Amino acid sequence: MTERSVPASAPASPGWLSRLLMAREVSLVGLLLLVTLGTAVINPLFLSFGSVRDLLLNVSIIALLVVGQTLVLLMKHVDLSVSSTVGLSAFLTGSLFVANPGMPVPLALLFGLGLGAVLGSVNGLLVAYGKVPALVATLGTLYVFRGITYAVVSGGQINASNLPPSFLGFGTGSVLGVPNLVLLAVAVLIGFAFYLRSYRGGREYYAVGSNSEAAVLAGINVTRRTMTGFVLSGAIAGLAGVLYLARFGTVDATAGAGLELQVIAAAVVGGVSINGGVGTLLGAGLGALLLGVMGSALVTLRAPGFYQQAIQGALLLAAISIDMLVSRRAAKRLQEERKS
Amino acid sequence: MNRFRSLLGGLLGWEFSLIILVGAALLIGGLLSPDFLTGSNISFLTANFSEVALMALAMTLLIIVGEIDLSVASILGLCSAVIGILFAAGVPMPLAILAAFVTGGLAGLFNGLLVTRLGLPSLAVTIGTLALYRGLAYVLLGDRAIAEFPAFYTNLGFGNVPGTLIPLPMALFAVLAILTIIVLHATPFGRSLYAIGANQIAARFAGLQVERVKLSLFVLSGLMAALASAVYTFRFASARADNASGFELSVIAAVLLGGVSIFGGRGSVVGTVAAVFLIGIINGALTILDVSNEILTIVTGLLLIGSVLVPNLLTHFRTYQQRRRIKGDSVIQ
Repeated sequence: MTERSVPASAPASPGWLSRLLMAREVSLVGLLLLVTLGTAVINPLFLSFGSVRDLLLNVSIIALLVVGQTLVLLMKHVDLSVSSTVGLSAFLTGSLFVANPGMPVPLALLFGLGLGAVLGSVNGLLVAYGKVPALVATLGTLYVFRGITYAVVSGGQINASNLPPSFLGFGTGSVLGVPNLVLLAVAVLIGFAFYLRSYRGGREYYAVGSNSEAAVLAGINVTRRTMTGFVLSGAIAGLAGVLYLARFGTVDATAGAGLELQVIAAAVVGGVSINGGVGTLLGAGLGALLLGVMGSALVTLRAPGFYQQAIQGALLLAAISIDMLVSRRAAKRLQEERKS
Repeated sequence: MNRFRSLLGGLLGWEFSLIILVGAALLIGGLLSPDFLTGSNISFLTANFSEVALMALAMTLLIIVGEIDLSVASILGLCSAVIGILFAAGVPMPLAILAAFVTGGLAGLFNGLLVTRLGLPSLAVTIGTLALYRGLAYVLLGDRAIAEFPAFYTNLGFGNVPGTLIPLPMALFAVLAILTIIVLHATPFGRSLYAIGANQIAARFAGLQVERVKLSLFVLSGLMAALASAVYTFRFASARADNASGFELSVIAAVLLGGVSIFGGRGSVVGTVAAVFLIGIINGALTILDVSNEILTIVTGLLLIGSVLVPNLLTHFRTYQQRRRIKGDSVIQ
């Protein structure tokens, strides 16, 4: 043990096949196929056009929220306030439509984005500049934003019958059979996945989350990066709020409540580490899809609705436990290789 | 004497401000409405937050060691379902309550094992068990509600200590709070929690059994949730799977507002108790003033953020001033 011995022959670097098999995304796709095919064998209706469409519509809102949440989780923060942002954005957009039925749909989407960015910047200011831990700050704004929603709604609700046909058409419309909402979610997901993988700004999220002190020394403006992350997470949640309105039409003050935990669960199942610095948007999106497919498979298999939540919880626990065991074994193997 | 002084010094910080705020809230409530400072109203409104208060005690200890338990409200729901289903099946009530405690303890043990044996972050684990335990409550009870408990037990829930206006659950809370204060602030076990929260690795080198301590706190958190479930079930005379859903955030908000650091190592039970009362009293005052509930939601959120932000800003301001003074001195020279 006096000096580190140089291994006689460098350990063979794992080939592309084993690296592929090790990737989280591959096991997620495998699991997805297993659940989908298994359910379809028992009940072929599971793969019918209508049911797949419904499933994708449900997942699209969670998948969108997962994008913002991943940006924040990568930096070792968390954004619990997204569900309240969704609620406030959905209700205010609805009210705008009730007041001006002629408002064009893109303007509504922009409004959602802008409102969400403002709400997100509150989180960003608190965390990046006020040095308030993200869990505390966003738990606080979860309450504040929801409270504002209650105050604005004051017992009322937006009904689909009050919304202009152009907006309802956007919610139910599709391009080449793919629903608009799904297209939008996929576009945002792919755009950000590319940004995180190949752009300097995107890589900075990983750097900040892996070691924020090292990131500072490497010349990254951690404060500004943190701020940007929260603004983006808020803006995406605001956009998701508009989609929520388009999907459901009827919105009251409790819209979106509880979504935050589903979103975090999807990200974690998708391999985004809650300790920062690890994870991809492809994985996170697959995590959202897997949770959605599991939920809808349970309905198709006529499992009592009451089992769904328990199974989702168990799945999340299994995902993080297996993850930990695998990474432990990898670390152990690495240690043994070094010793020999 | 020394211990007394350090206790006093601790009290004069954030906890003291909170106690002043509780007094102010009581006073303002009394000035604004003649019905507020009546014994029966105070009695009613303190009973209203007894479950949150009970769960906040164990949560304080958990957050001090640097962990968190988001599943408490779900454990409450699960234990409530256990009480309901067993009672409906004809099991004598004491046994049903015992079963709820066993359930709560096991639920806490499961959380604790995942955190201490597998080394998983408690935030992720308890988000999972939040869904799992609530889901199990639905599996047991579906959307049924089991009511019609014997009067003896429902009286335990919303009765008062004989001859006083103190609600029974609050008396129970007072006893447990005092016990927790003694354990946390005056026993080696309690002090070890701060050591673990401040620096887990150093605590391990100092010979503390970090894992075992954490495991026991998770079990305690489950047991407290079971106790709160009995209180909740009897106070509302109803066992439902969705009992107390969402309470976990109120519990954590109370603990953090009480000055416990989310990073561990800092905080006191006195702070938590004061924060529980502050939130509960503001809630009660707003209700009696006919101010809608949403304002309370906003106030809770702002208090929570302010409790961390204000001290941070003060420290920042102080260092800024110091730096300026140093700069000024060097210019004179």
